[in-house]
Order: sequence, then C-alpha cells, then structure tokens
Amino acid sequence: MSTNTALDQLFVKTRSENRAALIAYIPAGFPSQAGCHKVIETLAKAGVDAIEIGYPYSDPVMDGPTIQAAATQALENGTGATEVFAALKHACDQGVAAVVMTYWNPIEKYGAAKFAQAIADNGGSGVITPDLTIEESDEWRVAVKTSSINPIYVVAPSTKPERLAKVTDQCGGFIYAASLMGVTGARSGISSGAGELVARVRKVSDKPISVGLGVSNREQAKEVAAFADGVIVGSAFIKAIQDAPDEQSALAAVAHLASELAKGVREAR
Amino acid sequence: MLDSKLVIDGLGHFGPYGGRFVPEALIGALEELEAAHSSALLDPIFQAELAELHRTYSGRPSIITEAKRFAEHAGGARIILKREDLNHTGSHKINNVLGQALLTKRMGKSRIIAETGAGQHGVASATAAALMGLECVVYMGEEDTKRQSLNVARMKLLGAKVVPVTSGSRTLKDAINEAMRDWVTNVENTHYLLGTVAGPHPFPTMVRDFHKIIGEEARAQVIELTGKLPDAVLACVGGGSNAIGIFHDFIKDADVRLIGLEAGGDGVETGRHAATITGGTRGVLHGTRSYVLQDENGQTVESHSISAGLDYPGVGPEHAYLHDIGRAEYRAITDAQAMAAFALLCQTEGIIPAIETAHALAGAIQVGNELGPDATLLINLSGRGDKDVQTAANYFGIPL
Repeated sequence: MSTNTALDQLFVKTRSENRAALIAYIPAGFPSQAGCHKVIETLAKAGVDAIEIGYPYSDPVMDGPTIQAAATQALENGTGATEVFAALKHACDQGVAAVVMTYWNPIEKYGAAKFAQAIADNGGSGVITPDLTIEESDEWRVAVKTSSINPIYVVAPSTKPERLAKVTDQCGGFIYAASLMGVTGARSGISSGAGELVARVRKVSDKPISVGLGVSNREQAKEVAAFADGVIVGSAFIKAIQDAPDEQSALAAVAHLASELAKGVREAR
Repeated sequence: MLDSKLVIDGLGHFGPYGGRFVPEALIGALEELEAAHSSALLDPIFQAELAELHRTYSGRPSIITEAKRFAEHAGGARIILKREDLNHTGSHKINNVLGQALLTKRMGKSRIIAETGAGQHGVASATAAALMGLECVVYMGEEDTKRQSLNVARMKLLGAKVVPVTSGSRTLKDAINEAMRDWVTNVENTHYLLGTVAGPHPFPTMVRDFHKIIGEEARAQVIELTGKLPDAVLACVGGGSNAIGIFHDFIKDADVRLIGLEAGGDGVETGRHAATITGGTRGVLHGTRSYVLQDENGQTVESHSISAGLDYPGVGPEHAYLHDIGRAEYRAITDAQAMAAFALLCQTEGIIPAIETAHALAGAIQVGNELGPDATLLINLSGRGDKDVQTAANYFGIPL
C-alpha cells in the first residue's frame, strides 16, 4: 500500500517510541451531535492517538448491547453520512488520526467511490469494514486506492492461516485483530486468543496490528500493548458516557479513562 | 435458457446478488457448512436418510388438491393447490429444518439456534432438534413472542429455549441479528439453522436445495393430473423459501410464468408494507446483497404486514435475480386482499390457509381473472392457518 495517511504516520511514530497506539471508538451522533464532538475533543486531549468514528447502523450484528444502545440513540438523533463525515473532520481537526468504522450497507448506499473520496476530503485516513469480506470488496479496493485511504479489514481467531495471508494483504493502515470469537463489549479478562492471533498475523504480515474487542481498562490495555501495535477501546468509553448523570461528568469520565488507557499503552514494554 | 443452478460462481452469487457480507469470524463456519452441504448432496446415505424422514415423519410427498369452488372466483381458471400445509408442523418449513438438522449432526455440532417471526420456523426447528437430540435456542422478537404466545408455548413443549429479543424493532430482523451474535460467539459447537433463502452463502442455495422437492413433486403431479405444465406457478414471498421451493424445478420451463406475491401491507404507496422487490432498492442485509427496504443512508426500514411470516425488510438474492432477468414476476398483495382470499378459501374449500399463503391465493384470484378459464395455475399452499385463528378472528370481528 503506497498510502501516507495520518494513520500510517502514527504507527511509524509509535513504533519509533516503542509503544502501542491507543485507538478510541465513538459512534457519530452519540450521545448527541454536539456531545460527540466534545467527546472527540476530550479523547484527543487525554492522549488518544487515533479515533474511530462509528457509523451507527440499524442492524449491528457484530456489536454487543452497549454499542447497540449507542447506535440506536445516535440514529434517533438523526445521524447519517453528513454527521459521520462532520465527526470525522472534527477528530482530524484535533490533530489525531481518524477513521470511520461502518457496516457495509451505508457505504453501498452512498456509493463506494464517493464514500472513499468523502473520507479523504474530510481528512480521514481510512475505513474499517467489519462485515465486508475480501471476496466482496472488488469495488471498494478500487475506491480506496483512488482516494489513497487505508482499507482496514478484521481478522478473527477462527481465520485460517492461508486466509489470514489473503486478508492481511488487503489491509492498509493497520490490521484489525478481533481478540475473541464474539461481539463488542467489555470483558473481565483478555482472551488468550488475542496474543495467539497477533503472533499468527506477524508470521504473514509486517503491517501494524491493532487488537479490539473486550479491552476496557489500563491493565488490559497494558497487557495487549505488550504484543500489539494498537489497542482499540470502544464499549468502555460508551459505557462511561451512558453511566454518567450529565454531560460534564460524562466528559470527565471519558478523560479519566482515556488518560488511564494512555498510561497503559506506555507502560507495557 | 438458464443454468438450472443459477449460481454464477463459487461464491454464491446470483448475478450481482447474494455473496457473503459477514464478520470474518463466521467465514470458517460458512465454509464448513458449504463443504458439508456439497458432500451431503452427493452422499447416497445422507439422501436416503432425508428421504426416509420425508416419507415417515413429514408425510411427503404432499398431495395436490384441485380447488374447483375457489376457482369460480378466479376467472374459472384451473386452480391446483400444492398442500405443504399438510406436512408435519403445518408448513413447508419442515423440509429445510430436517435437512439442516442432519447437516448439523454431520458437522459434529450439538446445538442449533434459529430465528423466528410468527413462530413457524421456530416450531419446525424445535421439532427437528427434539427428533435428533440437539440443543435448540430460538430467538424471537419480543413483540412477536407476545403476538404468537401459542407458538412460544409449542416451542417450549418441544424442549427448546425461546429468547425474546428486545433490541431494535423487536421483530424478525432483530431476531436474526441476535442469532448471528450468538453464532459468532458459539460457532464452535453451534449451527445457525436459518429459516429462509436469504443470509450469507451457502444459505440461499442450501435452503433452496432442501425445498426444491416441492416443485419437483408438484411438476410431476400437475402433469399427471392435467397432461401438461401449468401456465403459472404462484407463491407468497417474504424471505422467499416456499416460493423458491416450488419455482425451482419450473425455471427451465420458459413458458411457465413464475409469480411471487409479496406482502403489500396497507399498500406499497403508503410505505407501510413488506414488498421488498416491489418497493425496495438494492442493498446488503443479513449477509447478502438483494433488494432491501432502506432509507437514503442505508438504514433498514421497518416492514409492515398482517402476516408475521412475510414481515421482513429483505428477500432472498435468487428472487432478486429472477426478477431482474425477467424470469419471475413479483406483485404486492395488500392485507385486505390477502384476508379476502383467506376467507374465500376457508368457505369454498374447507381449508384454512396461513395468512402468508393467503397472499398467494389473492394472487391466484388476480391472475386467474387475467388469464381466464383455459389457464391452469399451480399455487403453493405453503402453510395452514391454525396459528392465525386469533389474528383472523380479530380481523373479521369474531368474538373469542
């Protein structure tokens, strides 16, 4: 991949600092349009290296109850492509690398080429597509190449070796390694499958690998940062916002969690 | 004129439709299922076991019935009903669940999960699980568990666990979402027994293969009765499994019209309907590309129909393809038209159809009147209406 996105540059930097990057997920339009933008500012200030803007979708089969509830709320807030791109741009304006994470159908409906170009135009680095298989991505491949953004695919513990090579070959920016077989959501412990999967990916690719699913605190971030290039945290931020009585305390909780996680990714090696 | 298999490549595509849009975590299970299905198709022992179950458990072959009094209201055309309503559990659904339950055992898995709307597929799945000693969990929208409490009780009597789904619109599409989440988590020992010809490859082709016996039997039965092929074959279409089942063996017969009847709800023009091909656009839902009811951002729009079994905002990809190439036609039937046909069949033939099936019967009235007395129409009577007695009584104002 001959891209040079902010995400590509981020991993050059974090590798030179011998640490993992901290990547936070927040759905556009959650808890509100303005609230989402404030969360983004808070995340960036508290030491998050990159932000994934979630495109809320009506049928999120990869997501557990926490993100489902956030997506429902975001949709009720009228979130669509316009709001997603606005949140993406806002994240980039804070000086962090930013990508969109979305199920495939919103891209298909928007038009693959147009969507990829809108990502680039708003300063975004790429798109994570958790339900787009490489077999179905011919059109998308052309689109991301034309717009010079990173296509980020997910690999899972069940992905067989020969397929792992094929999928990771298509990835740009980083490879998204799902730590376990299951949906998004906080877990009490990190699955042993995470380390094994990262080790298997290392054998077939030298691209940065970020681990997602189930990371929710400093200890877990530290544990994952020992072997991965990036640590992705989503549900824990959303839960912190959902559990807070008001916006002020929600932002304080986000700031606290982000700074704890930022320490976690720095004390691993 | 067409490859009878209608799969253009090895990836489950029907023209631009079908394919696999799923989390990477499920690819292994889908490949395993595809391999099990392909080898079972060629395995005489598997086929004999399934045929024996059809004969001694489901009651196949299902008969055909000529509906002469009903035909008087359908332009005098000959109306022939394929009686899938007489199968064990009351609908065509048993064909697919027996096949997939056998495949579950073949793959060495011990647990099946299923989604259900009205409860017919859930009941059929629970039945097959009981028969074969498999653990069974059925996901059902919370709204549907209330509307169809009798079927919830049936599933529980059969030993299944019924999980009410409280996310999203709390109906069939959300039950599918929840089943897919369970599958991603428990794929090691669990088979997702999907109930229609939608979902990621290989489900659309596999479920079709388990239902195509309907058309194979009916084609021979109609020829035996009338000496010729029917002029048209009609079936209701939600996800589209009973329609594909009866259409498939006629696809090669270019002169036989294939007509799918979708749920028009209050009327397609009102936006309150489940007529996905008639009123939807191309998109991806539940792992496959097809027609979808969606908004300008690609969000799924809620469907509406008096028939819970047709109340789904997607449709099988093979139907989308048959529509686009002009091999099959699709029309929308409103709730009111379906219920009129429902009442007519009850009172002219002594057969209470499922409300889903009543959509096909309403189509038969339309097409019969268009073609007149020289025409012969074959209709898939996909299910019986016992489950719908309460809905129908409410609709017609019969006090309970």
